[in-house]
Amino acid sequence: MGSVWEYANPVKFSRTVSKVLPFVSVGALACLAVGLVWGFFFTPEDYRQGSTVKIIYLHVPAAMVAINAWLMMLVASLIWLVRRHHVSALAARAAAPVGLVMTLIALATGAIWGQPMWGTWWAWDPRLTSFLILTLFYLGYIALWEALEDPDTAADLTSVLCLVGSVFAILSRYAVNFWNQGLHQGASVMRVEAVTGADTEEKVSNIFFAPLMVCMAGFVLLFLALVLLRTRTEIHRRRLKAIEARERMA
Amino acid sequence: MIALLLRDLKLAVRAGGGFGLALAFFLIVTVLVPFAVGPDTQRLQPIAAGVLWIGALLACLLSLDRMLALDHEDGTLDLLATAPIPLEGVVLVKACAHWLTTGLPLTLIAAPLGVLLNLAEPGYLWLVVSLACGTPALSMIGAFGAALTVGLKRGGLLLSLLVLPLYVPTLIFGAEVARRGAEGLETQVPLMLLAAITLGVLAAMPFAAAAALRINLR
Amino acid sequence: MLSVTDLTCARGGVPVTEGVTFRLEAGEALVLRGPNGIGKTTLLRVIAGLAPPLSGSVEGAERIAYAGHADGIKAQLSVTENLRFWAATFGTSDIAPALEGFNLGELRGRLAGTLSAGQKRRLGLARLLVTGRPVWVLDEPTVSLDTASVGLFAAAVRAHLAAGGAALMATHIDLGLAEARILDLAPYKAKPQTRASDFDEAFL
Repeated sequence: MGSVWEYANPVKFSRTVSKVLPFVSVGALACLAVGLVWGFFFTPEDYRQGSTVKIIYLHVPAAMVAINAWLMMLVASLIWLVRRHHVSALAARAAAPVGLVMTLIALATGAIWGQPMWGTWWAWDPRLTSFLILTLFYLGYIALWEALEDPDTAADLTSVLCLVGSVFAILSRYAVNFWNQGLHQGASVMRVEAVTGADTEEKVSNIFFAPLMVCMAGFVLLFLALVLLRTRTEIHRRRLKAIEARERMA
Repeated sequence: MIALLLRDLKLAVRAGGGFGLALAFFLIVTVLVPFAVGPDTQRLQPIAAGVLWIGALLACLLSLDRMLALDHEDGTLDLLATAPIPLEGVVLVKACAHWLTTGLPLTLIAAPLGVLLNLAEPGYLWLVVSLACGTPALSMIGAFGAALTVGLKRGGLLLSLLVLPLYVPTLIFGAEVARRGAEGLETQVPLMLLAAITLGVLAAMPFAAAAALRINLR
Repeated sequence: MLSVTDLTCARGGVPVTEGVTFRLEAGEALVLRGPNGIGKTTLLRVIAGLAPPLSGSVEGAERIAYAGHADGIKAQLSVTENLRFWAATFGTSDIAPALEGFNLGELRGRLAGTLSAGQKRRLGLARLLVTGRPVWVLDEPTVSLDTASVGLFAAAVRAHLAAGGAALMATHIDLGLAEARILDLAPYKAKPQTRASDFDEAFL
């Protein structure tokens, strides 16, 4: 097996992706199908929220992936800046649009959920606002990648932006908290009471919990599959450019 | 470094330097707001502090793309990069010059503009204080954005897209100080947080901006 | 004064020159030759420290005064103001020899924006004199100069060499510097690698 850095070689990476991708894709589809069907049709309705609660199966996993996609981009950017592995930079580039779509899904499902619950599509609640700011960061990051022609310069600059952006995203999160106390409940899924079913106000009951976990696994696998696929596409594109450059030289 | 600062100030005030444009923009935005929300002074009063902050922020943004792009076009940046000044210092000086020609005048003009929007009596002091504390951060963050986009032909729009999300914390705390001041509330906590952000940005951002600049120069 | 060892330079990620090695001693001038696209500008930028080399090393980069295609002149400042600024940046103060050396005395009060292309170029080259740095690295220094100005430039280079300086130039014009060595870059052209086996990140 050897070192994990072997996969920094684009050829080796592409080959491995080709082997792994079918399994990841099928896994993502299976988890999403099982989780969503289970969640939508085989769980009872919440006594307060009615059937609207079921949007949780899209909302929570999308939000989780949206945040972790940025984290993944941050790690990939650091790897690029420190070790100069092209695959790492390309993976960060590949993850950004996926993350952006996930933030949009989380915002949209949140609005649909919020309308019957809070009586409004949108509120300037800290969690919602932070997500909107995260969307802006994704947009800026993607726009910078698209604007720069030289791939190494683009990788460097977007990595710097990702680092600085992360600091400011966290700052914004606290600033927004300071600015307005919110309607949104805390992230309750991972709390102990939620799992043990202790009777707290904001818990996610056991009965919703299992299908939610399956959905989360599905979203994570979906994210993984999309990023692997897009990274491989980016590698192929770079390969094409390299071949063209070589032919111009010859 | 002082020579660079003086040169930038001189360039800003000479013909074509664009000094005063930001001020005029600030004035116009402030004048336009009542046309949009209505002339009712009771309605203008609660939003005055926020509108003035947004106006100052946008005016700051306006001149950012000139900060480094002009020096990049005529080769000055290449020569500065080979000069005995560290590039971090160059960026810091550039941000300073930008603040002296944009942020500082905006801060000074904000109080008279507050009259137009019927800003509440105790708010004037806090508006000026918050702008004085916050605008240096706007200039420095802007310098980072300018360094990121310096090599691009039409970088202005992208620059705004990159810089505006980074302005969020400064805007929140700055406008909070001004708003609380106008309402006669306690302002110490947001003011300290605003000052902390500005100091942190001034300390760390030159390094990020210089790194981006080096990448763009090679 | 300047020592370049086994330098490989890339433009847009593609290697253009490889294995460039030379030394420049005090009082020496070296002229780079080669067809367009061989990578003269890229090489000079790497030597001046503006771009990182793919491999190899440059010693003495901190002694370099670099002059590229653009002169770094501000149109809204006068000739003396431009020179004073660069003098202050490089920690010197005397701009009189620079004005004299490039015959800028009569233009000293003019705004740089009103100068002709050749006059601007002379101002850009005069900047080299106020830097006080011993190694001049010049990229096409004689572009848009007339014969008389080329003569001024050659004289300035000669005086600089006589004072213990050195100069590295990329130029097509014969400067009349008989003592200048010539380095043809054509043999250093990077070979298109069929398979980059030593480079484990290759996309080929």
